[in-house]
Amino acid sequence: MLGRAGHLLWERFLPLRLAAPPLAGMHRAQHSHWLQRRQFGAPASGEASTTLKDLELIRNTVARFAQEQVAPGVFKREQQGSIEPALWKALFVQGLMGLEAPPELGGSGLTFTDTCVVIEELAKVDPSVALVVDIQNTLLNRAVRHFGTDEQRAAWLPRLAADTVGAFALSEPEAGSDAFSLRTRAEAVRSDFASSEAYVLNGSKCWISNAAEARWMLVFATADPTRQHRGITAFVIDQVEEAKSQGQIQVSPKEDKLGIRAASCCQVHFHQCRISARHQILGGLGNGVQVAMRVLNEGRIGIAAQMVGLAQGALEATLPYLETRHQFQRPLITNQGLQFQVAQAFAELEAVRALVYQAARLVDEKQGQESSEQLAEIARQAACAKLLAAQVACRVTRRCVEWMGGMGFIRQTPQEKFYRDAIIGKIYEGTENMQLSTIFRFLRFVHKEER
Amino acid sequence: MSVPTLRILVGVKRVVDYAVKVRVKPDHSAVETANLKTSMNPFCELAVEAAVQLRERLGAERVAEVVAASIGPAANQETLRTALAMGADRAVLVSTDNASAAANSPSLESEPLGVARALAAMQSRLNANLIILGKQAIDDDANQTGQLLAGILNWSQATFLSKIEFEEQSDWLQVDREVDEGIERLRLRLPCVLTCDLRLNQPRYVTLPNLMRAKTKPIETRTPSELGVTLNPHWMITRVDEPPSRRQVTMLRNVDELVAKLRQLGVLNRS
Repeated sequence: MLGRAGHLLWERFLPLRLAAPPLAGMHRAQHSHWLQRRQFGAPASGEASTTLKDLELIRNTVARFAQEQVAPGVFKREQQGSIEPALWKALFVQGLMGLEAPPELGGSGLTFTDTCVVIEELAKVDPSVALVVDIQNTLLNRAVRHFGTDEQRAAWLPRLAADTVGAFALSEPEAGSDAFSLRTRAEAVRSDFASSEAYVLNGSKCWISNAAEARWMLVFATADPTRQHRGITAFVIDQVEEAKSQGQIQVSPKEDKLGIRAASCCQVHFHQCRISARHQILGGLGNGVQVAMRVLNEGRIGIAAQMVGLAQGALEATLPYLETRHQFQRPLITNQGLQFQVAQAFAELEAVRALVYQAARLVDEKQGQESSEQLAEIARQAACAKLLAAQVACRVTRRCVEWMGGMGFIRQTPQEKFYRDAIIGKIYEGTENMQLSTIFRFLRFVHKEER
Repeated sequence: MSVPTLRILVGVKRVVDYAVKVRVKPDHSAVETANLKTSMNPFCELAVEAAVQLRERLGAERVAEVVAASIGPAANQETLRTALAMGADRAVLVSTDNASAAANSPSLESEPLGVARALAAMQSRLNANLIILGKQAIDDDANQTGQLLAGILNWSQATFLSKIEFEEQSDWLQVDREVDEGIERLRLRLPCVLTCDLRLNQPRYVTLPNLMRAKTKPIETRTPSELGVTLNPHWMITRVDEPPSRRQVTMLRNVDELVAKLRQLGVLNRS
């Protein structure tokens, strides 16, 4: 009855869509009767019903896009180590790269909670694709929207929403967790620090995601090492191709990574890269630490959403197998020991999902009116969300591999890929230990106030 | 003679999503549909896409407006939003919430005759001269609404379409129908009812910016009584069962194997 049209629909191959048959291992998410789609991210404010409906619509739209356009190429992308140009284009056309930008500047005017929903849905299918959408929205778009001048916003937000892949260049070989000991240097062309008209960048960044495809970069460099943190400045290179052709930027070959292999990750070297002081400084001279911390503190909620989606995707790919695989003349899922493990995984995922969306709603609520206490609260919640989401994702994906038995150990299966992809959650946008430090630091802040 | 502008009415139905596995209720009265994900009927998507493509091909001067309509509860507004995001100008919901007596009938919203009558009433209000529907819904597979509607309106109809083309500056259309024997080519004239089949087009994805923009497009709500229509059920489902499970199938590779197997089953006479 219902299945017939569904089968016929798979016959369609469209110019607009990527024509590729689904891979054997990665079947479309079978919504088995006890895995219903749930609504999450209930807004804190009073306009409950409208926003919930919107959230469902957005979730369904992106889920469908993910299933039909992203899912077919997952393993191909993994093998090639890159996202194909057609999918990059589809991400832009679908409006996924400028979610929160205002409509008059090419975006969809969505909230941060909506962005997290988008990232979660993409991560259920391909965490690498979720990552590039996360970076573009939660780091780059966010930085421009919060810290850009009107001129900069008008110049850059439309490009970032329409067709320009961006990269966030902070980390260096000698500056990872200790990001602000960075050494990339911005020399003023005039000798006076504050009134220079141009700067010249020299230095190297590493672990830069999207570096191979980026035509726009947000680069953190120090304009005055004597001022330590207060010298660090956020610079924007908005014509990367031009800079590359003049030898000012050099992007090394992609790293060969353990997981999220489809997202490019490279070293980026700057040689006398010229920056105009008037147009290409974001957030003001010497304000780079503010910019970085602000976007990272909030952006890591996006990573937490990615981890939640990743874990959910792994579970959804595994549970049908547990129902159909028979040993000792009955399905694996009839074993209570296994049932308890599955229940534990779900319970932990539910808890972490609630935390992620709580943090996301906090960001939306406080938008534009944050005191330093509120920013601290956001930072603390974000760190909790990211810490736990990454941990749960690693546990859940590990379980999924184990539940699959021998099949889980074979390459080209979803479980094995999700297992490797989850590991980066504990590392990037702040390592596990850094999250723990942050949480404690803010706890201590609160306690000291109370005394 | 001036070429008439098109006023297109598109009917859309909200159904259980095609990817969801459904189950029969324990009492065999119906299929379990509570809390399942719903979306626009895939054939209705083809219809919306066809209408929007007609406007893109013939131009905005020729196509005055594209109106999406749905008959059902308030939840159908989601489906109408999707139609608006795909390019419809406005939408109408014929609301079956608070419908009288027959409200408890599970088939109230979906019976083709009632839907056809409601759409006919919509047509006269909108003065539509072209109605495009999907060929059938994936929940009941009825394949009746378009045909009934054409009968009620006494209009031409063309169903199972895989191609729609207007003749140059004319109110005649040439269409291809997918029938069992192949493709049938017809020529028909406005006003008419068309129903869409799979190979007509590829419905566009709803992009997020369009989805958000669609929030500003109006969705009117009407009741059946406002339209002068009563939606009474005409049939009652007595029992629903899952199809019997298939017996084991053996694949045979060549004629010799086939003959051997038939002999083994005692079907062939050894003469």
